Amino acid sequence: MSKPPINWTAINADPRFQDLHRKKSVFLWGLMTLSVLYYLLLPIGAGYFPALYGKKIWGPINFGYLFALSQFVAAWGIAWVYARRANREFDGMTAELVRHASLIRAVK
Amino acid sequence: MKPALAFRSPVVILLALSSASAMATEGAVHDRFKWLTFVVFGAIIAVTLYVTYVAAKRVKSATQFYAAGRSVSGIQNGWAIAGDYLSAASFLGIAGLISLYGYDGFMYSVGWLVAYVIVLLVVAEPCRNIGKYTLGDILAFRNGPKTAKILAAISTIVVSIFYLTAQMVAGGVLIETLIGIDYEVSVIAVGVLMLAYVLFGGMVATTWVQIIKAMLLMTASVVLVVFTWAPYGFSLPGFMQAVVDNPKVQAQVLKLLGDPATNMTAQELGQRFLEPGLLFKNPIDQISLGMALVLGTAGMPHILMRFFTVPTAKDARVSVIWAMAIIGGFYVLTLFLGNGAAINVAAAEITRIDQGGNMAGPLLAQFLGGGPDSLLGNFFLAFVAAVAFATIVAVVAALVLASASAMSHDIWVGVVKGEHATQEEEVRAARICSIIVGVIAITIGIAAKGQNVAHLVALAFAVAASSNLPAVLLTLYWKKCNTGGIVLGMLVGAIAAIALVLVSPTMTYPLSVKATNEKAIKAADDKLAELNADLAAAEPTAQEKIKAAITAQENAKKTAQDAVAKLGNERTSMVGLEKPLFELKNPGLISIPLGFLCVFLGSLLYRDRRAQEMWDELYVRQNTGIAAEAAIAH
Repeated sequence: MSKPPINWTAINADPRFQDLHRKKSVFLWGLMTLSVLYYLLLPIGAGYFPALYGKKIWGPINFGYLFALSQFVAAWGIAWVYARRANREFDGMTAELVRHASLIRAVK
Repeated sequence: MKPALAFRSPVVILLALSSASAMATEGAVHDRFKWLTFVVFGAIIAVTLYVTYVAAKRVKSATQFYAAGRSVSGIQNGWAIAGDYLSAASFLGIAGLISLYGYDGFMYSVGWLVAYVIVLLVVAEPCRNIGKYTLGDILAFRNGPKTAKILAAISTIVVSIFYLTAQMVAGGVLIETLIGIDYEVSVIAVGVLMLAYVLFGGMVATTWVQIIKAMLLMTASVVLVVFTWAPYGFSLPGFMQAVVDNPKVQAQVLKLLGDPATNMTAQELGQRFLEPGLLFKNPIDQISLGMALVLGTAGMPHILMRFFTVPTAKDARVSVIWAMAIIGGFYVLTLFLGNGAAINVAAAEITRIDQGGNMAGPLLAQFLGGGPDSLLGNFFLAFVAAVAFATIVAVVAALVLASASAMSHDIWVGVVKGEHATQEEEVRAARICSIIVGVIAITIGIAAKGQNVAHLVALAFAVAASSNLPAVLLTLYWKKCNTGGIVLGMLVGAIAAIALVLVSPTMTYPLSVKATNEKAIKAADDKLAELNADLAAAEPTAQEKIKAAITAQENAKKTAQDAVAKLGNERTSMVGLEKPLFELKNPGLISIPLGFLCVFLGSLLYRDRRAQEMWDELYVRQNTGIAAEAAIAH
């Protein structure tokens, strides 16, 4: 039970954590911006480009419907991309840090 | 009598139910088949109560009560999140919206899924890594613990009560409309059942009730879609062509567009149903609503709480992915449910039973089973109704659990007892708080009878997005965030959202309601004069039809007159306005950026050493899960 206390500042400064942090930040906020912007295109387009939305593409199905359906594919796609990278890369990097957590000490 | 409805306002829909339906006293289910409804309701209630009974034996500790012992698997939690999320507003409301307004209804459903991308990317795993039981625990990690917990608890309770009231009213009206049980009795039934789950089974039972309900909901939807789509050989263009060609759909578009549509051909009218603009007229409003939906979900306390029930952050991730698959799948199905109801049941019939369109799904079920006189048709209807009922009870249970946890864990244990309470004391406090919240929910539900509670769901999401989300995100990701920031941000965000709704067009403005109805009365009078002239000149054979039209006009006139009479001499809305001060129905576009801005400002203006000292620990822990609360074996 009596593990040595964890030095959070040292871990935060550890290059492995910094590497994880940098990769995750760019990836997560990038994906988030992408998905919010892609989503907002739907109501914006519906409001300002009704003619485009009404254009028939697949039988009676128009651009608007296909675009709305593509939102589902995009959301699932982003979830898949994120889960894949998290499972393959981030989880491993995190596990490495967790294993050595109590050993990481500030270098003075 | 049907008061003027706000069913155009989007988030709302289910809640238009609250306008007591004319069908209320008889119910949509014929007397002959009521026993069937009770059998199906009874079966579902029996199963969930059995689950609660089993769960109750396990719930001894606070971790069991609030977080199901952190032993819910990722897949189970995914189903439970879907259960939490697919409220009656989704199940009944969105299918109804699509059946009445076509494309706009479907477009509206998209935001509900996209919301989970945000939950997945930036909320779920960090919350699991640093959280304990409540929103308050996350905010108190580095901010002043007592201040953070009080604020988080107030916000949780406010958001939950808004959402809860809407659900209680909807539940009462749903049961009244479907089987003719009195509104008050229905509300009490929903309240007592929900309280039984929460009180005895805590999060363990609530989770399982959500899972069962989500599975029932998906089963019901898949079965209905198979029946709806099969006649078109499961071809998407084939099905949509049938929508375009359908005279009932064409009639609905003509009705919605009014005069400008008189020169359109039948095909053009049908095709128009697949295009935007039949429901949403103001794109800015749409964007504002979309923002509140997409960002509000990640700030919903009962959704955040779900991430404390899984063993690790990785399970939290798995659970959101499952939830996204289920929720997304469901919303794709609504495309068929809504359009299927439009072609098979017709908008006129759907709105006859309920103005807001909420009966589209149940009526479609009845039709697919063979119609109102068939046993199978009524079995389908009973099943769908029971699923809708289970949905409301389960969502209310989750909301009550979230607010009871905020009261007992954040306020009582965290603030009053200064974190010193034994497990037994904390669980007892949580149970007492559940009863308090449960009684409040039932009381408000009954008090709100016949009220337009439409704006409350929109408001719940707007407050969550403007107050909780900025505080949570910046606490987790911004080094300089501190107590001053979350105090300013949460207060300003919440107050701005609520205030803007109070002065928005979502509220009822007696003068404009009066004007609309007076216009309707005048139109009916003109039409009546015309019809009476026709009647005098008509052949005896044509008279029947004209007489029917006259009756319809007289009824329309009566409804409008009643609405005017009900207003009496009222001139102003709830807050004393004659007309809206703020033109958007949803405040998100203004209040969300304002919430974020105030967290920034407050943090920069305030000095808080603890928030800075705790940053390293918080940031490392939220990313890695080192020292996260472990699952307990049982």
